[in-house]
Amino acid sequence: MNAAEPVFKPLGLLAELTHRCPLGCPYCSNPLALDRGELDTATWSRVFREAAGLGVLQVHLSGGEPAARRDLAEITAAAHQAGLYTNLITSAVGLTPKRFAALADAGLDHVQISIQDHQPNSADHIAGYAGAYERKRMLAAEVVRHKMPLTINAVMHRANIDHVADMVELAIELGASRVEIAHVQYYGWALKNRAALMPTRAQVERAVVAVETLRARHQGRIVIDAVVPDYYARFPKPCVGGWGRRSLNVTPAGKVLPCHAAESIPGLEFWSVRGRSLAEIWENSPAFRAFRGTDWMQEPCASCPRRFEDFGGCRCQAFALTGDARATDPVCHLSPKHAIVATLAEERREEPYVYRRLERERADADTAL
Amino acid sequence: MTDSSQTAPISPDAKPRLPHGVRLVHNEAHGGLVLLAPERVFKPDPIAVEILKRCTGEATLDAIIDDLAKTYSAPRERILADVSALLRSLADKKLLEL
Repeated sequence: MNAAEPVFKPLGLLAELTHRCPLGCPYCSNPLALDRGELDTATWSRVFREAAGLGVLQVHLSGGEPAARRDLAEITAAAHQAGLYTNLITSAVGLTPKRFAALADAGLDHVQISIQDHQPNSADHIAGYAGAYERKRMLAAEVVRHKMPLTINAVMHRANIDHVADMVELAIELGASRVEIAHVQYYGWALKNRAALMPTRAQVERAVVAVETLRARHQGRIVIDAVVPDYYARFPKPCVGGWGRRSLNVTPAGKVLPCHAAESIPGLEFWSVRGRSLAEIWENSPAFRAFRGTDWMQEPCASCPRRFEDFGGCRCQAFALTGDARATDPVCHLSPKHAIVATLAEERREEPYVYRRLERERADADTAL
Repeated sequence: MTDSSQTAPISPDAKPRLPHGVRLVHNEAHGGLVLLAPERVFKPDPIAVEILKRCTGEATLDAIIDDLAKTYSAPRERILADVSALLRSLADKKLLEL
């Protein structure tokens, strides 16, 4: 669309309301060290007002599973009253029709539901939760009944990437206006499970063709958003639209991060909303200043014409794969370390998932077994 | 739906409107009107703004074209072609209902 360009300003707030989640998806983007303490309703309300003052337009209520918070309706209302466009990112578990009606009344604008696969057995196995698939279907029906727009987030990896067409068909059947083909990104729990999740190159190539076909077939019916998965791309993704440039993330305990994986980079100092205003953190927090702009770049990024387009890729991935957070994201074929990516993509093993659990939950699950 | 939907003419009686979950709002920090949609934000150019403001769900395409042709003293056929292309593009992105 040439008539409407994206706004290049900080505009999104990812509000991780809790790290508690009934699901155990092995690709969860939460850090391995999950937050225990949680901000209260009043603090979230202040954060939303400060975010709106800063220019933020949309808040993504996420987690963990945001429905694990009993005050989700109050939190949603606070975000709505702050003037933010409110988006709920949910597994659907824990949202009864009654609870969802309260969210709609609170001013919720949009819902994103994740699906793990197109049929229940496989989907529930991937989620590590029996009955999750059916609950997703039920919540999708409620969202549509409330005439609220619905996005289906289909997280793709080796076990389900060949089902991409079936998952898009499912999204249409559920009444979604948009589906995200979200290839697993290898941070946090996904990094731990990389060998079990990594698709083959042949699978990725088939999926790319399938998505093109689906887009042509369903044009005007559903929007299909998809990108090439990291380890098979030639250029890196413009991670979070550039560090400290368009979005920020508040963790359950109140730390403010430039992206959800930023804590994986050692030595960064994060400030908390408990002690400071969001505006002060956005402007001056050492973590936000660390990789803002292009001055921190090394070659080949420093002189690359694409540096304002992809910002050198992802800092967390650069650190995870090269040990240097200032390095070019090795996904880029111009990176001197690019060969690492191909090598790691070949490291596939058929092994059980390490499900994402809080330590206490893991102990309970082990006891139950 | 097939590819032909992209080029199929829009009915002159269609009453284009923003769907649920899509809003055109004024925001100082972002220098004017922005279009908020599910997990996306767009900054419409001045021409798109003039068109979007008229997509109220009450005005027909015919009436919108007449209004724009009159306001900008431009040939009706030209306005119709430009507006139709924009509306179709927005509809494909689920930013508009026709």
